[in-house]
Amino acid sequence: MSMRKYAIAAGCVAVAVGAGAARAEGPNLGKPITPAELAPWDINVFPDGTNLPPGSGKAAEGAKVYAEKCATCHGDKGQGGVAGLLIGGPPRATLDGGKTIANFWPAATTLFDFIRRAMPYTAPRSLTDQEVYALTAYLLAANKLIGENDEINAKTLPQVKMPNRDNFIVRFPDRI
Amino acid sequence: MIQSRHRKGAHSVEHVAGNGLLHRRALLGRGVMLAGAMGAGTAGSLTGAAAEALVDKPWSNEVGDVIAAYQTPSKFEKDVVRTVDNPKNEPRNSRARTPHHLLKGIVTPNGLHFTICHGGVPEIDPAQHKLVIHGMVERPLVFDLESLERYPMVSRIGFVECGGNSAPLFSNEPIQANVQALHGLASCAEWTGVLLSTLLDEAGVDPKAKWLIAEGADSPRLSRSVPLAKAMDDAMVAMYQNGERIQPGQGYPMRLWLPGYEGNMNVKYLRRVQVTDQPALTMYEARTYAQILPDGKAYRFYFLQEVKSFISSPSHGLKLKEPGIYEITGVAYAGTGRIAKVMVSADGGKSWADAALQEPRLPKAFTRFRMPWRWDGGPAILQSRAWDEAGNMQPTREQFVAQRGQTTRPPSVLGFPSQHFNSITSWAVDAKGEVRHVYA
Repeated sequence: MSMRKYAIAAGCVAVAVGAGAARAEGPNLGKPITPAELAPWDINVFPDGTNLPPGSGKAAEGAKVYAEKCATCHGDKGQGGVAGLLIGGPPRATLDGGKTIANFWPAATTLFDFIRRAMPYTAPRSLTDQEVYALTAYLLAANKLIGENDEINAKTLPQVKMPNRDNFIVRFPDRI
Repeated sequence: MIQSRHRKGAHSVEHVAGNGLLHRRALLGRGVMLAGAMGAGTAGSLTGAAAEALVDKPWSNEVGDVIAAYQTPSKFEKDVVRTVDNPKNEPRNSRARTPHHLLKGIVTPNGLHFTICHGGVPEIDPAQHKLVIHGMVERPLVFDLESLERYPMVSRIGFVECGGNSAPLFSNEPIQANVQALHGLASCAEWTGVLLSTLLDEAGVDPKAKWLIAEGADSPRLSRSVPLAKAMDDAMVAMYQNGERIQPGQGYPMRLWLPGYEGNMNVKYLRRVQVTDQPALTMYEARTYAQILPDGKAYRFYFLQEVKSFISSPSHGLKLKEPGIYEITGVAYAGTGRIAKVMVSADGGKSWADAALQEPRLPKAFTRFRMPWRWDGGPAILQSRAWDEAGNMQPTREQFVAQRGQTTRPPSVLGFPSQHFNSITSWAVDAKGEVRHVYA
């Protein structure tokens, strides 16, 4: 891009930003990236199950992982400690607190996504996908949202019906 | 002669609302004495008390210090700091709050900008940082800081506010804490960077896409879903804060900045943007910043920081030295655009008067308001109320909690619900001049 063209593009930005509809032309310096190169970071999981990895887990395996890697902060029975409560809690969340997996979380996929990206707090991304599935199964079973022997995998996780799923209102729908 | 003219000027200021509010004209060059007295933050002395003979202090008679390569405030300003709520870096959130009561103007100094981190502050080597754009695009791309430096940049002044800022006012009893504790999770800076739309255009967004998922390079890989409409409107990949590289607490070396939108969505340490046709329901949008309502429902995708103002001085914990003239001042802001009007009351909302709005009055930025006030030494309740250009009015607390509810017991200041709150704040001044937080 010539400097002149660059300056014109930049000028357009300055004007158009004020109007809230700017489009600048960049110097096209982004480098192509392949799916294989992206894979280690490609961890977003969606409520319909999109991008859940292969693998599966059950509550019994998850209980072992929990005791070893989660209980220190979340309590041996998931009752909470330095970090939040994960099992049980009040029947309803209020402004006094008490948003729980059972009474508030709208999608079970959020559990898998968050555990995999952020937990354990001091060693995120140290769990295998298998362990994340098992932990997810353990927390869902302990909260009586699935059976003790139910297998959680890419197909079953998005089918878990979270009790509070229909109680959400989009605050500003015209902004989506 | 000069003194008598000033005295006449000060006395002729007209009262515009109850309990001593003066016309904002009083701020506009109506006499050096009035302006000087307010600038010093003390009562305007109209008694002509005798001054002492002036002397040279030691610093006027000796050579000063060497100039620092990167200067820091005077040692006399050591108390102008953020309050840090997780000093031992325990495994939980860490917050640092802006001391609004000690600041004037609209731009928050970089060292005092509020910070919230969910896994500590990462130390990122900018030379190794990458930003990926992928998903529903023609060309998945990766950028580094060096290449982004060559893109056309824009600068814009605007606020960032935590979605839970001011939420201690959900407490059923007024929490006895200062403006820093109650409203310190909002700050305003000049952000400079590349418009996200520039990078998305280069990648070529699929017309069926509606969302993007932004992710940080911090240890929780904090992620939020952002409507593509916002990304194409005014979203920025910000790399500079008040002219210098972004602070680590603000997302060094780059953050997503979504002017006017909930702080947590402004993903720091931005490393990845996935373009999608659906939101991800990440933990922070599905749980933390979903807003519980009294009927058991909850708001999701709140996005907007609605019109708000608060008085920063006088405010809780400060003390008025003596009856006389003071300046009531604070900030107003709205995620929708510019602030249109701010009114101030000194009698708990019985009467109101227009405050002076300091220029520049920028969209989605702090607007500084000022109001001259003559405190007569009696009880007063100071309030501010703002309107945005779209006509939205800041609600009273009574109106707000009638719709949104309140707690049944006071939470700790650190235990407040992370939910949007934008009603009026009230500061009561007692006969001793002490100021405290009340509901009125």
